[in-house]
Amino acid sequence: MIEGALWRRWIFYNIPLILFVFVLLFPFYWMIVTTFRPDGELYRPWNAVNYMPFWTNNPTLEHILYLFEETRFARWMFNTMFIALVSTVISLFCGVLAGYALARLNFPYAGGLGTAIFITYLVPQTLLFIPLAEIIRNFRLGDSPWALILTYPTFLIPFCTWLMMGYFKAIPKELEECARIDGASRWKAMVYIIIPVAVPGILSSGIIAFTLSWNEFIYALVFLSSPEQKTVPVGVTSELIRGDVFFWGPLMAGALLGSIPVAIVYSFFVEHYVSGLTGSVKG
Amino acid sequence: MAEVSLHKLNKKFDTTHVVKDVDLKIRDKEFMVFVGPSGCGKTTTLRMIAGLEAITSGEIRIDDTVVNEIPPMDRDIAMVFQNYALYPHMSVAGNMAFGLKMRKFEKAEIEKRINNAASILGIEGLLQRKPRQLSGGQRQRVALGRAIVRDPKVFLFDEPLSNLDAKLRVQMRVELKKLHERLAVTSVYVTHDQVEAMTLGDRVVVMKDGWVQQVGEPLELYNTPANRFVAGFIGSPAMNFADVTLVENGGSPVAEAPGLRIGLPGELATRARAKTGRKATLGIRPEDIHIATAADAPEHCFDADVEVVEQLGSEILLDMRVGAALMVASVEPTLRVRAHDKLKLALKPGRLHLFDAETEAAI
Amino acid sequence: MAVTALSAAESKRLSPRLRKLEDERWLALALLTPTAVLLGLFIAYPFFEGVLLSLSNARVGHPGEFVGLKNFYKIWNDSIFHTTVWNTFWYTGVTTVFKLALGLWLAILLNRHFRGKAIIRAFILLPFIIPTVLSTFAWKWMFDPTFSVINWTLFQLGLITTRINWLGDPDLAMTSIIVINIWRGVPFFAITLLAGLQTISPELHEAAAIDGARPWQRFWHVTWPLLMPVTLVVVLFSVIQTFADFQLVYVMTGGGPANATHLFATYAYQLGIGTGLLSEGAAISLAMFPFLFVIVVVQLLYIRRVETR
Repeated sequence: MIEGALWRRWIFYNIPLILFVFVLLFPFYWMIVTTFRPDGELYRPWNAVNYMPFWTNNPTLEHILYLFEETRFARWMFNTMFIALVSTVISLFCGVLAGYALARLNFPYAGGLGTAIFITYLVPQTLLFIPLAEIIRNFRLGDSPWALILTYPTFLIPFCTWLMMGYFKAIPKELEECARIDGASRWKAMVYIIIPVAVPGILSSGIIAFTLSWNEFIYALVFLSSPEQKTVPVGVTSELIRGDVFFWGPLMAGALLGSIPVAIVYSFFVEHYVSGLTGSVKG
Repeated sequence: MAEVSLHKLNKKFDTTHVVKDVDLKIRDKEFMVFVGPSGCGKTTTLRMIAGLEAITSGEIRIDDTVVNEIPPMDRDIAMVFQNYALYPHMSVAGNMAFGLKMRKFEKAEIEKRINNAASILGIEGLLQRKPRQLSGGQRQRVALGRAIVRDPKVFLFDEPLSNLDAKLRVQMRVELKKLHERLAVTSVYVTHDQVEAMTLGDRVVVMKDGWVQQVGEPLELYNTPANRFVAGFIGSPAMNFADVTLVENGGSPVAEAPGLRIGLPGELATRARAKTGRKATLGIRPEDIHIATAADAPEHCFDADVEVVEQLGSEILLDMRVGAALMVASVEPTLRVRAHDKLKLALKPGRLHLFDAETEAAI
Repeated sequence: MAVTALSAAESKRLSPRLRKLEDERWLALALLTPTAVLLGLFIAYPFFEGVLLSLSNARVGHPGEFVGLKNFYKIWNDSIFHTTVWNTFWYTGVTTVFKLALGLWLAILLNRHFRGKAIIRAFILLPFIIPTVLSTFAWKWMFDPTFSVINWTLFQLGLITTRINWLGDPDLAMTSIIVINIWRGVPFFAITLLAGLQTISPELHEAAAIDGARPWQRFWHVTWPLLMPVTLVVVLFSVIQTFADFQLVYVMTGGGPANATHLFATYAYQLGIGTGLLSEGAAISLAMFPFLFVIVVVQLLYIRRVETR
């Protein structure tokens, strides 16, 4: 890159970048400050004197304690984790197999099926949630984690399949030919050679699928009703707001704690996440 | 003990016909090389022998078994690929063990075979490494080792040396030759490099556009090419060709072109007489041309304008214009010659080739 | 040799069912079945059900009967639906333009070597990773009419003297929602476009620079055309997600004030689930379909054209 003098670098690159980072991260900072700020400081009008919104000298755990004592937050965390993990595993299983078939096998209608998967990849959840709610009720799955475990794959499988197709296509076909000559059946060549080689892709798909499940809102909102079945996003939304009253402290504490598992998974696998994200938009 | 025979073998991909009526018997312990330009069908033929491509029509036998419908895993063959196809997630030892594990060999036997193959190839120190930690030459050896441990009926090689640099390629070529002598296993080797074909093959199959052009021992192909294509493909630098007309001159046949008049000797003359008055292609290898001396008969001499002089040290290649044709001659390195010199050259009459202008078959 | 022959014979004893999997077509069928079942059951079937539902007069607790296009006729004349359609297009259009512009800018800022690049890149993606509902609550708290930290800052800077009621005024509420959507989407654009930028060889820039192109010209004549295919796909994804958005509006305004900020999805939710008018809700949801379909088709065709050029 041709950049030029130091002052130019600051004006054209460093300062804009700092502003971007500040704006993108400020809401999280605000979440954290609010979580630890006592109610007395929280509810001071915006034009009050001596108000110091960006810091507190009296940090408190009361909001976090409220979450665990007065709501079923721990239960919601467990539900979300359980649902996200199981639906991710199901989606990976289906997506890896389907991606392998579409990327590496010759069979009639392969191209048409690939396009069909791509189209379902683009179907938003909000298009189908009302009829799906009816179907869930007819299958007697309402208000159980299985309602979500079985429906989340509808948007996770196309995603995993699409991403895995990209990874599988990048593996030289000679690898499995060699394995088949070495005495492996097609199935064994896939299980022992191609799938292990595609592990980085599987990790990427899995991590993104996990964050997508954790993020999902409308199905969880519509399909679950009792407080002990809810996921974190729905629980926080419905149980920490009474009519017009928002419990901002616990709400922010819930938002913070509810974000932490995703953030941890993300921080361990940043590179996989990024490569999956960029892989997912390759046409 | 393994013979491979191909009978009326054909392969079509949708509408393109890539392998046409290949009939061939590869003898036990023979090193058979398939050579030809890209797209000639040689690799497809190899892949059909391996079982990786379905056969459109015809038959492949390994020994007396028809293997058309047998999947690759049950054909008892081993294959070395152009890009080596090493399993990247397994160590060198793991790569070599895979085929044996798939066939449920005892652990001790697997270990014995790996150590044996590793010592043959000199890769004992690399067994625990992963493929990505190896150099190109080492990967090549591992790929060979993986084939050797299997102790298969047939080795298949798909351009195994083409990813190596020139120096290493020559070295591995020699090693492959030694290896084949030592193991004496029927081998089928595909390459586009005629030097590899000539040096490695017990016999060589030259293919073009899906057809087999000629099958024979290397020298046979060099000395008596069956057609113009084989003549031009085998040998480096390539054979010179000139479009000529066959005429009678005082009872003896002559090949004539503007600026060129060559008398045809002995047996070639007899065969050419039948085609008097017809057009033909005259072929002469660069190494069969020399500076004319008093000993050369005038009917085997011609004049040439030198256009480029390529000094190679061991020889000089002269790019010349002879009448309307462009020719290359390989001459003594001590010769003092410069571009735009005019030279009188002669050819060895016994080394002349003549091809029919239409069928391109040797006359 | 004897050992190999024996084991080869052994492997021929695979069961007939496993033997069938050696045929690519059967293997493909087996591998695709789980996916086909799940997607058929929970995408194709609901879609079909949704069409039936939208043609009936079903409510919660009332199975309903066929009424033809009555629901569509009804929403066609519904002024809230008109606002909804307008909102959705406005919301999608404005956010996409800003996300693309800002995302590209951020990508260019990141497409250099500097210390801490990896860390910054990792942090920048956070808005995209963290569950939307949760981060939207942080924004809602920042936009709170009484306790807004944004108002506080603007007041301290002397820019305003009275509070701004961010979510109480229809236009301001829409703008607030747009800001949050941009905030959440910019990282996705930036990171994917950055990946696109990194595939462009620096030599092209150097060659253009030697040919006398100024930085802006280099961007316009080299970077932008080469980035086009990636940009199109990213925009396609973003447009569809934004068009069908739900969470953000649901949390920020619930479609209010006075139904002024509804999108298709929130309005469908309010009628279908909130009020229990399943058939009308399904009809509104399905009304998204033709728009989405056109977007997908147009973009797919355009992408194909760019790629085959």
